[in-house]
Amino acid sequence: MGAYARRATSTGAIFGLAITHLSLVGLVVALNDRELVAGVVSVGSTIAVIAALAAGFVASRPLRKGLAPPAPAVALGSGAIAGLVTGIIITALAWLVEAFTPRDVLINASPQLVAVLHWGQDVMVGNAINVIGGALMGVVGASLRIIPGDLRRGAVTGIGALLGLALMQTFVSQILTGLPLTFVDDFLYEREGLTWPGAITTLVLFGIIGWAWASQRKAFSERLGAMGANQRRTARFSGLGLLLLVLATLPLFVGPFLSQTMDLVGIYIIMGLGLNIVVGFAGLLDLGYVAFYAVGAYATAVLTSPASPAFAPHLDFWIALPLVLAITAAIGLTIGAPVLRLRGDYLAIVTLGFGEIARIVLNSNWMTPYVGGAQGILAVPAPQFLGKDLRDPALLYYPIFVACIIAAIAAISLANSRVGRAWTAMREDESVAEATGVNTIKYKLLAFSMGATFGGLAGAFYAVRIGTVFPQELNIIVSINALALIILGGIGSIPGVIVGAVVLVGLPELLREFSEYRLLLYGIVLVAMMLLRPEGFLPNRSRRAELHEGEGDSEPDWDEKRWERETGTQTPEPEIT
Amino acid sequence: MRLFRRPERITLGTVVLTLLALAVAAVVITGSYLTISQGRYTLEVWESFIVAGVALGAVYALIAIGYTLVYGILFMINFAHGEVFMSGAFTAVFAAQALADEGLVESNPILSFSIVLVVAMVVSMLVAILLERIAYRPLRGAPRLVPLITAIGASLVLQYTFRGLYGAGVKAYPTWAMFQGNLDVFGIVIPVARAVVTVAAVVLMLGLWFFVEKTRTGRAMRAVSENKDVAAMMGINVDRIIVITFAIGGVLAGAAGILYTLIFNQVNYTMGFLPGIKAFTAAVLGGIGNIVGAMLGGLALGLLEAVAPFLILEGFGIPSPNQLKDVIAFSVLVLVLIFRPAGFLGRKDNV
Repeated sequence: MGAYARRATSTGAIFGLAITHLSLVGLVVALNDRELVAGVVSVGSTIAVIAALAAGFVASRPLRKGLAPPAPAVALGSGAIAGLVTGIIITALAWLVEAFTPRDVLINASPQLVAVLHWGQDVMVGNAINVIGGALMGVVGASLRIIPGDLRRGAVTGIGALLGLALMQTFVSQILTGLPLTFVDDFLYEREGLTWPGAITTLVLFGIIGWAWASQRKAFSERLGAMGANQRRTARFSGLGLLLLVLATLPLFVGPFLSQTMDLVGIYIIMGLGLNIVVGFAGLLDLGYVAFYAVGAYATAVLTSPASPAFAPHLDFWIALPLVLAITAAIGLTIGAPVLRLRGDYLAIVTLGFGEIARIVLNSNWMTPYVGGAQGILAVPAPQFLGKDLRDPALLYYPIFVACIIAAIAAISLANSRVGRAWTAMREDESVAEATGVNTIKYKLLAFSMGATFGGLAGAFYAVRIGTVFPQELNIIVSINALALIILGGIGSIPGVIVGAVVLVGLPELLREFSEYRLLLYGIVLVAMMLLRPEGFLPNRSRRAELHEGEGDSEPDWDEKRWERETGTQTPEPEIT
Repeated sequence: MRLFRRPERITLGTVVLTLLALAVAAVVITGSYLTISQGRYTLEVWESFIVAGVALGAVYALIAIGYTLVYGILFMINFAHGEVFMSGAFTAVFAAQALADEGLVESNPILSFSIVLVVAMVVSMLVAILLERIAYRPLRGAPRLVPLITAIGASLVLQYTFRGLYGAGVKAYPTWAMFQGNLDVFGIVIPVARAVVTVAAVVLMLGLWFFVEKTRTGRAMRAVSENKDVAAMMGINVDRIIVITFAIGGVLAGAAGILYTLIFNQVNYTMGFLPGIKAFTAAVLGGIGNIVGAMLGGLALGLLEAVAPFLILEGFGIPSPNQLKDVIAFSVLVLVLIFRPAGFLGRKDNV
């Protein structure tokens, strides 16, 4: 019990300090403007609740991996202690801010923060809510661990859906009004935040869906497993087809702002797929990926824009595009050739240097007569299709969408080809790969220039999306964006790239409060993923095995059942000679 | 010490590299020749560039030591070290402003400057220790790129945490009357602030040298950097030594932050990025893992950054060459890593 109590205290302290951090950087107050349930609870106050809940959940896990879970009473006790400590720290924070008002230094230690931390109540009531509520929430979090897994899944789905619907109000209600399902929109939302009935319905409905899915999942996957290979392929393709159909019709009813956001997500998906080839498949960390994006954007602008200062051939976008891709591939080869001998972390820093060199040179007075310098290049024309100008974001979405699909197919085929296997071998152990006859320099160059081409493609769409190209926007943040999204999704995993782009690029665009904290969020994602789940949320199997090498619980390298399921053949018997 | 090894056989790679080296040499020589033959700047101006370069180089050297110490022990690039540098200077500006409001900067400049310096050093040290504890310690033994990615993330977290804490605006240090004016050393005009920066940096580096070479902890540090396992068997607490290493790097970075403000006077949350990368370049230039190398590398990089844009680029008629000073630094980084990744004083086995 002593060990549990100690751990519960430190867990609670960690979550309390996390809330302190988010409060002092201003995120809590910023999120407070967004109502969860209209006029009752804001998202800002919910953060404290979630922290206590999570503290309770984390504190009630087994002491070490592989040990038996604690008895229910111990788990609940741990949860209560953890939540209580979190609540006490929040109370102490509120008191300190109120007592010392350090606003001259800490700009976000404001009276609003105190008000939010006190739930808009008196000091005593607010503190009581924090301390008692914290302990209660800790118990709730711990009880999530005690209840059966299916129920837990349901509860988590319900809470997640509630938060998601509240945060995504603009997005969801635009879709609903566009569909037209205005009555659903009216039922769910007030002007700001969910309605009471809407919130409860969401919680219950999604809770049931989550519970049903969790309890039926095993049966479902068994049914899927029992199907023949052909049937399964049909099932998989029809699911994929349905998804593509939904995605293809989405811009018709979501309005221009969301179309713009989806365009941006698409561009980042292309970039992520390209960077994923370099980092995920070949294992080369490229921190200067923005250089290729910039080359793509600038090449497109110079080739198509009438406003290009020096050289303006004024080509059509579709004629320029192959040239742009060829240029970026060539640049990828040129940059790659001298640096690819370098060891991993040095390569990362050198590529970072290239990215910065590209930006500074493009931004300088020296380049002003050629590519516009700090003014950039304006008036990049939109692509034409069947005589129609694709300037409208909802229309530009389609070429980007098609490019994403092509890029994804290209990435998947590369991964499953001889080239892909050579990359995997090289990533896992370069010397061994070389010894078995893989020409590592050749394959590294190939990966680098493939990645560059994808980056160039993304850059071309970036140039036509806004119609202008500015060097200031092509900074290291773009590279880090792309890196963060492939890491969130799972290095080397293609579905991971897509999910990562939606979560890290799409969501912050939609949550305007977040825009200021977007990079803080990226940083937290990078650190937290590396510490807690280095393989990402949708991991690539071999990558996962690499990262968990030597841990007893990793998946077996050779899964006969999976092999049989996926190929429809029997496991090959080892030949005896 | 040979600059280039004779290759065993001539491959396409060596041809490309040789051509690249020749091209770089041609650019440097032609540019310098053109600039000097055109006589664009007088000797006094060149002297002032060099003086500025030395002071800047001293600051880079202090930061570079932080990279090199950590690399020497953990073989990882502490990419967030630039943010450690920023955190001290950005926090100490409040102490400086409070002291200025009290009038202490006027009445007792030495005491108040010392207070500011200590505040910056302590804050940077704490940030460095926290960084090690939270972001790096759990990842010892992970594949090499994992801590690098964590470090990039930590760098972003630190930048935007300080932005959130203190705001996005630029803050100015009060002017120290004692650092105004110029010195005249053998006919060379040196601004007092730059002289102070250089001298202070040299004093700190001497202190570091004494610490590493003459104290028990310093000896333990050297032992750990030589071989962690053997050091642990000899009864050295490796974890403690690693924390001390980060702490020393942090203290020096904090001091570098304050010296940096004597040159540039302003601070904000992005101030750590460029000096951080340049100091890393300096560390690589001198041979990462080598303390003396970091000092010399810093000096070399500061000089290059101050002189090269005018010496090399101006000759080609490039407008406002000073805009490209960061390109010089990054090019040095790229070229050193391509041609001599062990740096000029580095150990071969590090690469």
